[in-house]
Amino acid sequence: MRFTTGSYRPGPAAKPSQYGLRWGDALVLVLGLLAIIGLARHGAEGARDEVLIRQAGRVYAEASLRLNRIIDVPGPLGVTRVEIRDGRVRVLADPSPLKLCVRQGWLAPGETALCLPNRVSVQRGAAAYDSLNY
Amino acid sequence: MTASTTERIALRVHASDRRVARFAAAAVGLTLTEAAIPLPLPGLKPGLANIVTLLVVILYGWRMAVWVTLLRVVAGSLLLSTFLTPTFVLSLVGAAAALLTLALSQRLYPVLVGAVGLSVLAAFAHVGAQMLVVDLWLMPGVSLTRLAPLFLAAAWITGLVNGLVAVRLLNQTHGYRAADRTLSYTASAPARPLV
Repeated sequence: MRFTTGSYRPGPAAKPSQYGLRWGDALVLVLGLLAIIGLARHGAEGARDEVLIRQAGRVYAEASLRLNRIIDVPGPLGVTRVEIRDGRVRVLADPSPLKLCVRQGWLAPGETALCLPNRVSVQRGAAAYDSLNY
Repeated sequence: MTASTTERIALRVHASDRRVARFAAAAVGLTLTEAAIPLPLPGLKPGLANIVTLLVVILYGWRMAVWVTLLRVVAGSLLLSTFLTPTFVLSLVGAAAALLTLALSQRLYPVLVGAVGLSVLAAFAHVGAQMLVVDLWLMPGVSLTRLAPLFLAAAWITGLVNGLVAVRLLNQTHGYRAADRTLSYTASAPARPLV
């Protein structure tokens, strides 16, 4: 297939520099690469920065470890108090008799604290949805 | 005064209309071609049709590129039977974002940024807008932060390759374009009626 027909007369040839690379191209490429690398590093850290709190199997709250806050989760026995501070998370107080989840202390990445009597779970480093099942 | 029946209703086809149709056809062809290429992850595509958009923006301006892109997205989705599906919306949003970026960054061309830079910027905008739509509408709550670098890296590579292809095509067609421009000015005055 020919895109040119006889009616076209070849015009002036392009100067070598007319459509070639510019300094801005290199700048765009380098900045883009830096942004990607930065995002990749940030993402590797950011993935573990999530706290997922469930109550009775449902997602009650999804929080970032970067923001210090205290979340009160109401359950059948009372209020479970979850504390996020300095990039860490723990169960501060729980109405359950043994208080296993409180004694567990600060959670390691990927760890989960279960306050079974009050049906609350606190998971460090998890997304709210599984995209395959969603 | 009633119009006489002998008077024919003519749809005037401007030379630029033919040009739009020609470029849109090329873009649709590329869309279909790359749909046949098996790829590891949904959403990772070479985006060959964006070469056409880039060429049209550089050669004829972004207003014409809007037509070409719109025709490509709609016709391509009809042929791939994705019209009005989320895929279509993603394709439309990505194309619109890329066009907007091209229209804005076109001012830097050709002094500061060449076709490669425009291509990479448009590719980033394309992927960025699509991820935004996925994040806000299709799968809200899913963390895309881990996938974002992957998609952006893909956009970086495809943007670079498409830009280099565009530079090559621009160099090849430069002479014909100059001729075409003078021709279209003279030929556009007596527009031929269609049908």
